[in-house]
Amino acid sequence: MYSQKVLEHFRNPRNMGEIKDADGIGTVGNPVCGDMMTIYIKVKEGRIEDIKFKTFGCGAAVATSSMITELAKGKTLEEAMKITRKDVAEALEGLPPVKMHCSNLAADALKAAIEDYRKKSGEVKL
Amino acid sequence: MSVHSRIYMDCVSGKPVDPRVIDAMLPYMREFYGNPSSVHSFSGEPRRALEEARSAVARLISAERPESIIFTSGATESNNMAIKGVAFRNADRGKHVITSSVEHMSVMNSCKYLKTKGFDLTFLPVDRYGVVDLEALERELREDTVLVSIQYANSEIGTIQPIREVAQIVHRKNAYLHVDATAANGRLPIDVQREGIDLLTLSSNDIYGPRGVGALYIREGLRIEPIIHGGGQERGLRSGTENIAGVVGFGKAAEIAMNEMQSESEKLRKLRDRLIRGLLDGIPYAFLNGHPVHRLPDNAAVRFSFIEGESILLSLDMMGVAASSGSACTAKTLEPSHVLMATGLRHEEAHGSVLFTLGRHNTEEEVDYVVRIMPDIVKRLRAMSPLTPKEVLW
Repeated sequence: MYSQKVLEHFRNPRNMGEIKDADGIGTVGNPVCGDMMTIYIKVKEGRIEDIKFKTFGCGAAVATSSMITELAKGKTLEEAMKITRKDVAEALEGLPPVKMHCSNLAADALKAAIEDYRKKSGEVKL
Repeated sequence: MSVHSRIYMDCVSGKPVDPRVIDAMLPYMREFYGNPSSVHSFSGEPRRALEEARSAVARLISAERPESIIFTSGATESNNMAIKGVAFRNADRGKHVITSSVEHMSVMNSCKYLKTKGFDLTFLPVDRYGVVDLEALERELREDTVLVSIQYANSEIGTIQPIREVAQIVHRKNAYLHVDATAANGRLPIDVQREGIDLLTLSSNDIYGPRGVGALYIREGLRIEPIIHGGGQERGLRSGTENIAGVVGFGKAAEIAMNEMQSESEKLRKLRDRLIRGLLDGIPYAFLNGHPVHRLPDNAAVRFSFIEGESILLSLDMMGVAASSGSACTAKTLEPSHVLMATGLRHEEAHGSVLFTLGRHNTEEEVDYVVRIMPDIVKRLRAMSPLTPKEVLW
C-alpha cells in the first residue's frame, strides 16, 4: 500500500521530538480525524536552523511529518513557505489517494509554525 | 511455526484454506467438472457432491433438512438475499425493518437500500460492550415490522449477542429473524431450530473453506423473493451454475468444523486470553474492546490510548505480525469504525484499536512473541504522539 520511501520514514523518522525553546510552533489536524501533528522550528538569520515534529496518526502522517522536516531544514522562511503538500507526497514517492487529504498535513503544519514565529518575532504586525 | 517467520493473526480478513478441504475440492475441478443440471452421466457425481455438501452444512447448524440451505457466493450475498428477499416478499404485510448499529456493512447497506425503496428502518443501540439493547428491540417492534436482522457475534469486537432472547422477542411480534453468523460459525455451536433463527448467513472461508462460497439457511416454509434471477438453480432462489468445487470445499470445512469445533475453540480461548492478558498487563492505558466474557474464542480486540491503529499495524508488520484495525485509516472511508463508535468510544479512542483474530494455525509461542514486542511498539509511537501526557511516557 505504501511506497518504500514512506515505510522507511515511518521506520526511521527524522527529527522526531520537541524543541524546548522553539521560536515557532504549528499544530494542525485533530485527534478526532485520526491525524494531528505539531512542528517546532528554531530560526536563525531567516533560516530554519532546527526543526522537529510530533505526530499522532497513520503511517502516512508520520512519514509526511518526517519528510517535511528534511525538506525544510536549512531553508529560508520564504523558501520553506513554498513547500506544498504535493512536494511532500512526491518526495515520498507518492501516497495512496485516500491519504492525500487526511494525512498529508505536514506542509500546513510547517506554515503554521512559520506564521507563529513571525507573529512572535514581530515580523507580522498584529 | 517459528517466531522468526511471519505470524498471521488476521483471520477476520481471510483464513487459510484447510489442506483437507483443498484435497476434497481438487477432483471437482479435474475430473468431476460436469454441470449437475445436465442430462448426461457427467452430471451424476457433481450432483451427488452438491447434495452431500448441503447436508454437511445443514448438520453444522442443526437445520431441519438439507434443502433449507441455499448456496451463495458468500456472506455478503447471503445477507443481501435474506434482507431484501424477506422484505420484498412481505412488503404487503409491513414495511418496517430493524437491525443493530454494529452489523456488517452488507447488512447495514442492504437495510439502507430498503429505505430508498420505501421501507422504514430502525437501528438498535448497543451497550458499551456492543450487546444489542433488548428493551429497545421490544419497544421498536411494530405491527408492520417484517424483519429483524441481528448478528450472532461481532467480528470486530468479538461480542456474542443474546440470540435466543432476541428470537423470543421478535417472534412474539410475528416478525422474522435473520442472523448473520459469519463471525460465529465454526467457533460457537449454532442450532437454528432451538435458537429460533429463521434465516442464517454463513461463509465458507470463515470455517477454513474456500472464498467465494457461502450459504443462507432459510427455515422450512418461509418464502423469500430471489434477488438473482436466471436458470432457477437452488430451488429458484439463487440462479447460476453451481460452484461445485467451492461448495464441496465448504461442505468438507463444515464436516471438519463439526468434529473439531469444541477442542479448537477451547484451544483458541486459551490463546486469546493469554494474548489479551499479556497485552493489558504489559502496557499501561491499554483496554479491551467488546465483551470480556460473552466473546468469540478467536477475538482479541485491544485499544491503546494516544496512538493510532494503522501505525501500530505497520509497526507490527515490520516485526512480521499481521493484524487488522478498526481504524479509519485502514478503511476505504475515513470515518472510524461504526462498531466502535456505537459502543460509545470517542473518535480518538476508536482510532487506537488493534484487532487480533486467531486461527487454527496459531501457537502459544506466537502469542508470547506478540506480547513481547508490543510494549516497545506502543512506547515508540507514544513518544512520537503529541497527545501522550508526559507521565505516560515510560
